[in-house]
Amino acid sequence: MQSYSLTHLQELESEAIYVLREVASQFENPALLFSGGKDSIIVAHMARKAFWPAKIPFPLVHVDTGHNFPETIVFRDQYVKDIGANLIVGSVQQSIDEGKVIEEKGFNASRNGLQTVTLLETIEKHKFDCAMGGARRDEEKARAKERFFSHRDDFGQWDPKNQRPELWNIFNGKKNVGEHFRVFPISNWTEMDVWQYILHEKIQIPSIYLAHERDVFERDGVIMSTTEFIEQRDTEPTVRKKVRFRTI
Amino acid sequence: MELLRFSTAGSVDDGKSTLIGRLLYDSKSIFQDQYDAIEESSKRKGDENVNLALLTDGLRAEREQGITIDVAYRYFATPKRKFIIADTPGHIQYTRNMVTGSSTSNLSIILIDARHGVVEQTCRHTFISSLLGIPHVVFCINKMDLVDYSEEAYEKIKSDLEAFSSKLDVKDIHFIPISALNGDNVVNQSEKMDWYKGSTLMYLLENIHIGSDYNHIDCRFPVQNVIRPQSDKYPDYRGYAGRIAGGVFKPGDEVAILPSGFTSKIKSIDTMNGQLAEAFAPMSVAITLEDDIDVSRGDMIVRENNQPSVDQNIDLMICWLNDKKMTPNGKYAIKHTSNDVRCVIKEVVYKMNINNLHRIEDDKEINMNDVARISIRTTKPLLFDKYTRNRTTGSLILIDEATNETVGAGMII
Repeated sequence: MQSYSLTHLQELESEAIYVLREVASQFENPALLFSGGKDSIIVAHMARKAFWPAKIPFPLVHVDTGHNFPETIVFRDQYVKDIGANLIVGSVQQSIDEGKVIEEKGFNASRNGLQTVTLLETIEKHKFDCAMGGARRDEEKARAKERFFSHRDDFGQWDPKNQRPELWNIFNGKKNVGEHFRVFPISNWTEMDVWQYILHEKIQIPSIYLAHERDVFERDGVIMSTTEFIEQRDTEPTVRKKVRFRTI
Repeated sequence: MELLRFSTAGSVDDGKSTLIGRLLYDSKSIFQDQYDAIEESSKRKGDENVNLALLTDGLRAEREQGITIDVAYRYFATPKRKFIIADTPGHIQYTRNMVTGSSTSNLSIILIDARHGVVEQTCRHTFISSLLGIPHVVFCINKMDLVDYSEEAYEKIKSDLEAFSSKLDVKDIHFIPISALNGDNVVNQSEKMDWYKGSTLMYLLENIHIGSDYNHIDCRFPVQNVIRPQSDKYPDYRGYAGRIAGGVFKPGDEVAILPSGFTSKIKSIDTMNGQLAEAFAPMSVAITLEDDIDVSRGDMIVRENNQPSVDQNIDLMICWLNDKKMTPNGKYAIKHTSNDVRCVIKEVVYKMNINNLHRIEDDKEINMNDVARISIRTTKPLLFDKYTRNRTTGSLILIDEATNETVGAGMII
């Protein structure tokens, strides 16, 4: 008798496609968060598969910190054009200009913390009732218990004491007016699965993930790219190295 | 490479964290810096050995803050298989947590302290594994080092477990004497127990046959979405998207669409990577039909000569998940496959004492962590199979319509 079994990548893909399709059915106005990073790229790829030959039935939303590598933005724009998707950009710079958030100062200043405010604003402005993202449970211990469907109250807050149990593959996206959900279709994927899948599906990724020559400096044991957005100390000289990015 | 999902059951101090740590460490699934960190931390606490339990200890702090930790998922891989562990901490809400964590598992590991043998907890864990229809159960008799690796101690516990399990519906049972602390029979064969001729836990996890865990006999395709591109290239395309819940579908198959009962033939099974010659559970595909029939979300495509039950009156076992008790004759929303319906609780037939499997017929109040047999009536017929026949078409959740919370897990009898 023939053996009917899937590889781990096929099973994870099938699970993610199932989740994407549930989102399209259970929510009125969902969106897919798309940073141009590898995790959001594979979610977008599977969104194409989930609804093929139709187009992805929700917009891609980029919460733009303004601090991007040019390669990522070039990639983003080309990708969105190629798949015929609708792109919405929420701008952290605009949130700063409007005085809604305050720019961090100092050597380790980053706009990562400010993204949340811009994200919630974008969700409210476009009345999204579900924002899908490429977060994975294996990224850090605290995420190990995160749900596929994660409920947020009408202030956009996550109440970890009040998360719905998730059983089998039955996802409960019921909510009251003003509330929304965050959904993570690749919850069960590991870093290794993501890279194997990119290789297997021959998915294009921004060039900075691949080894290339670049001006960099070292801080606390981490090699960082020399950019106009990060202030370097005198003790952090710029050197030219062959590098690739693990995260963008 | 296949994917195996397993859950670990155990209570405080039975060595569950150590076992998971041991699996991760001996299968070389942790990085040097993670190991260095727990080595450092073990030294600080004055531990003699590196405490592998610390590898999975990230949730303790949160637990102390009162954050609900019902299931934490962990991942590792060997060259043979990839594993997802649903790790359910053994505190007071145990039943609810284990039900949640086990719902998608292929296999359940139940830990038993060799010094104490079969205790009430063991009974509870085994019952839940059987209730949730987990195909494979592995009893790990742990802490064999503390009973001098005695074959007699192991055999006694094994025969107690066999006697107890025979009362339950567990398809495939294994027994392994281990010491998670010292690594005996976890990844490496024990040198201290040469009387044990069976496989190590890791060998079992890597090799146990899981290809038949899905139902490949009864064709069930709950429709999730209708795909209609209405584009220049595909002006008339109409595909039914879903994840196969059972059976094997092929182009040319005669099918019936429920609940309408109309029949047609499968024209194609589509994916973006091309058409498929056959599709089976748990694949996500799109199916097109030869005839133009009205099909929508919540419908089910099945084989004409093998149909699921269609009924509004349904008997089920439930596990209650919410601290608000079940309302007698209350109304709840239901999610079942891709269907949303409502129901009324008609009757609580009995509650289960899951520590000794006795039926409780004089107390019908259903509180959190209770397991009970109930009967319900739904607003429209469900298309279902018995849970023991199909875990997808046989399962449902109950939702409180006021709070939208998931309050009950149901397994159709």
